[in-house]
Amino acid sequence: MGKAPHHLHRFHGGLHLPANKTLSSGSPIRALPIPARLVIPLSQHIGTAADVMVKVGEPVLRGQMIARAQGYVSVPIHASSSGTVVDITDHLIPHPSGLSAPCIIIETDGKDTAVDDTLSADHTQLDPSELRNRIRQAGIVGLGGAGFPSFIKLNPGTNRPIATLLINGAECEPYISCDDRLMRERAADVIGGAAILKHALNATECVIAVEDNKPEAIQALRDAIAQRSVSDFAVVVIPTLYPTGGEKQLIQVVTGREVPSQGLPADVGVICHNPGTAAAVHRVFALGEPLISRIITVTGTGVREPGNVEVRVGTPMADVIAACGGYTDRAQRLLMGGPMMGFAVGNDATPVIKTTNCLLVAGGNELPLPQAPLPCIRCGACVDVCPAKLLPQQLYWYAHAKDFDKVQDYSLFDCIECGCCAYVCPSHLPLVQYYRFAKTEIWNQEREREKADIARQRHEYRLFRLEREKDERAARLQQKQAALKTAKGETTAEDPKKAAIQAALERAKAKKASAGVMPKNTDNLTEAQQQAITNADERRRNRDSSTATRSEDA
Amino acid sequence: MLFPVFSSPHLPAQNNVSRVMGEVLLALLPGILCATWFFGWGVLVNIVIAATTCVAAEAAVLALRGRAVRATLADRSALLTGVLLALCLPPLAPWWIPVIGSLFAIVIAKQLYGGLGYNPFNPAMIGYVVLLISYPRELTLWIPPTGIEAQHLNLNLSQTLALIFTNSLPAETTIDALTMPTPLDATKTAFGLGQTLHEIKASPLFGHFGGVGWEWINLSFLIGGLYLLARRVISWHIPAGLLGGLFLIALVFYGSDTDAFPSPLFHLFSGAAMLGAFFIATDPVSAATTPRGRLLFGAGIGVIAYVIRTWGGYPDGIAFGVLLMNMAAPTIDYYTKPRVFGQSK
Ligand code: SF4
Ligand code: SF4
Repeated sequence: MGKAPHHLHRFHGGLHLPANKTLSSGSPIRALPIPARLVIPLSQHIGTAADVMVKVGEPVLRGQMIARAQGYVSVPIHASSSGTVVDITDHLIPHPSGLSAPCIIIETDGKDTAVDDTLSADHTQLDPSELRNRIRQAGIVGLGGAGFPSFIKLNPGTNRPIATLLINGAECEPYISCDDRLMRERAADVIGGAAILKHALNATECVIAVEDNKPEAIQALRDAIAQRSVSDFAVVVIPTLYPTGGEKQLIQVVTGREVPSQGLPADVGVICHNPGTAAAVHRVFALGEPLISRIITVTGTGVREPGNVEVRVGTPMADVIAACGGYTDRAQRLLMGGPMMGFAVGNDATPVIKTTNCLLVAGGNELPLPQAPLPCIRCGACVDVCPAKLLPQQLYWYAHAKDFDKVQDYSLFDCIECGCCAYVCPSHLPLVQYYRFAKTEIWNQEREREKADIARQRHEYRLFRLEREKDERAARLQQKQAALKTAKGETTAEDPKKAAIQAALERAKAKKASAGVMPKNTDNLTEAQQQAITNADERRRNRDSSTATRSEDA
Repeated sequence: MLFPVFSSPHLPAQNNVSRVMGEVLLALLPGILCATWFFGWGVLVNIVIAATTCVAAEAAVLALRGRAVRATLADRSALLTGVLLALCLPPLAPWWIPVIGSLFAIVIAKQLYGGLGYNPFNPAMIGYVVLLISYPRELTLWIPPTGIEAQHLNLNLSQTLALIFTNSLPAETTIDALTMPTPLDATKTAFGLGQTLHEIKASPLFGHFGGVGWEWINLSFLIGGLYLLARRVISWHIPAGLLGGLFLIALVFYGSDTDAFPSPLFHLFSGAAMLGAFFIATDPVSAATTPRGRLLFGAGIGVIAYVIRTWGGYPDGIAFGVLLMNMAAPTIDYYTKPRVFGQSK
């Protein structure tokens, strides 16, 4: 094509990891048989869980909506095949902490009868808001792993024009090859979906970024673009480096721009989507099919026939592994996602959900269990590889000491949990685990504080009420006496009740003033505690203002 | 089927402390061999005594503290401390010199603070400075390097051991006949006597660009240091800061009066400059840890070393430079935090 080669940039740090992709990338995508039971969680996305619309015993059809979106950041859930709802109950879901959560359990009838199509349309005839609505109704979320409702990302707000739709075909995690296979085999779907997304965003160009270790995918995409003869599409080949597939890293590589801390890609005029998401959007408009299946990589030396399979959402992982020849004798660990950012699954009865991109069954010593850590020797190896340009050793130091203010001074919340630091740490410290721990603790503390604030307000109001009642009683007494006196021919100047309330208010005000500028629910704080509270207030204010800008996007 | 659950990342870490320390020890070899060539068996005897004492002291303290002895010794950090300390000592120092230095380094400077990772000061340098202050005479007993034939007296291994352990000299030698100041020392003394650099350089102590012997020893440590850089065991910031700082300040004074101050090259290839730059100042635990901080940290050591070499009362200043900058490291780190991705300046 006549286009000038794209000028690339680089991000700080990163790692060259052993790819291990050929294990799964060689064979074409296979569709898996429909399992006997589907376990469909109500929460498969970031945001509020969907709200059940079916009852136990009710028959359902493939593609039928079985749970509706609840609130703004939410999408509906659909039945992945036809059958009967046999239970609505808590079941294991894929989650780092092995949680159980409400799921709709469907016994399939094997007929796979589809519901009436209400989604397919010629997208060029629809305006962006209707496009977004259909994408939402189809339950589309980011298929790269995060699971953020896609329709929200298509609505960046009128004040932020989007120049570039960036399709993230980096797939930088070792072992995973599902996007690679998708782009090779269904490049037209990816380009078709990207065209719809681009239309919805009114973006000027669409860049599809692919790591240079996927030459077939790059060629297939270029062919598909040539076939559609669209001029504002470009495939950009980027160097293979973990974590290039991180949204902020990819944007920097392709555009040279840094997404602001706590900000969104839209702030720099970019919206990122995964190729799987684009293909799913294509199916919505071309086939009228909501998100009920996805392509996942099943790999590792713990599974007999590694490869890429198309799986119905809700299929238990055990069924997926069985359809891939079952476990080998070496099978030792089961991960959802890649070895760097994926999480361990404790039980293979857990279902595949919309965000499951990979099942990695590690065999033998493929992914050995962590070694005993030594103290941090402050060697700085972690600093050299951190793509967020943090000081991981300082974060570790303060997270370890549970100094949650300091850890935020060192920008804990800019950590993307990529694991580069832990990978190079000679002391084998479980660094990312410490960062997650600190983040969770801070969230908990702030929640506790919010609760305490509410309790304090209630308490203050009660004091105020008691005071007022006391004054009112006094006033009534005075009134009576006054009445008696009036009877004797004297008059009062003012309405005594009003005066009493006024007095009570003034007393409360004075009390507040003497207690300092801010009302407090704790006395005798040490200086450090006081400092901690001030800092937390400060942070909350900052966060509130940034969430305020965020909800503007919405 | 059930599986064990662990936190990400799941790929095993690629490096370990034992390997890092091993690489550093390996990189010291050229320098050790070169020093032995010029200064005789005493260099190796020092290393054996100091390393043994360090490891034994570490084992004893760990046992007292109820820690895993074997697993901790496997990190090789005590061994490295011993070797580094030994390389700073005069080759014919009596045996108790390395022993006392090692005990201070491991027991006081390292384990009392909590062991590996928690010591604010470089243990080897604490050991060295304690010796320098307590036993200044023993620490200046340097011998002439091979190559200065006029005064050189080649002690064989058994003579060396006899001198170090029983303080007995071969017949017809005195300790004064055996020793000779280092080039750094000699220069300072000569300047004190009002000689010019030109006159000083005529002395047989001086070689091509540094002191005889010393220039080659420094060159060997430089080679080891480049190996560490190539293997990415250390980052370039501290050595570059230290050598750059030393070079620049030496250049300024040399430029102001070429007869009153030795050349920058002389400084880079004298004393413990290269050993300090690549092996001592780069001890990660007690150094600054941010990239810019490390440059500053190194530069500070270079400048302090120059000041002490030129105007101070001690022959070399690297050790004091390291300790002073150790003190400044937390502050340096605080003010040199890198700009986080996506945050404005
Ligand atoms: S890599 Fe590990 S040992 Fe080195 S500074 Fe970072 S956390 Fe500490
Ligand atoms: S996990 Fe966080 S601290 Fe570690 S390298 Fe990644 S972004 Fe940096």
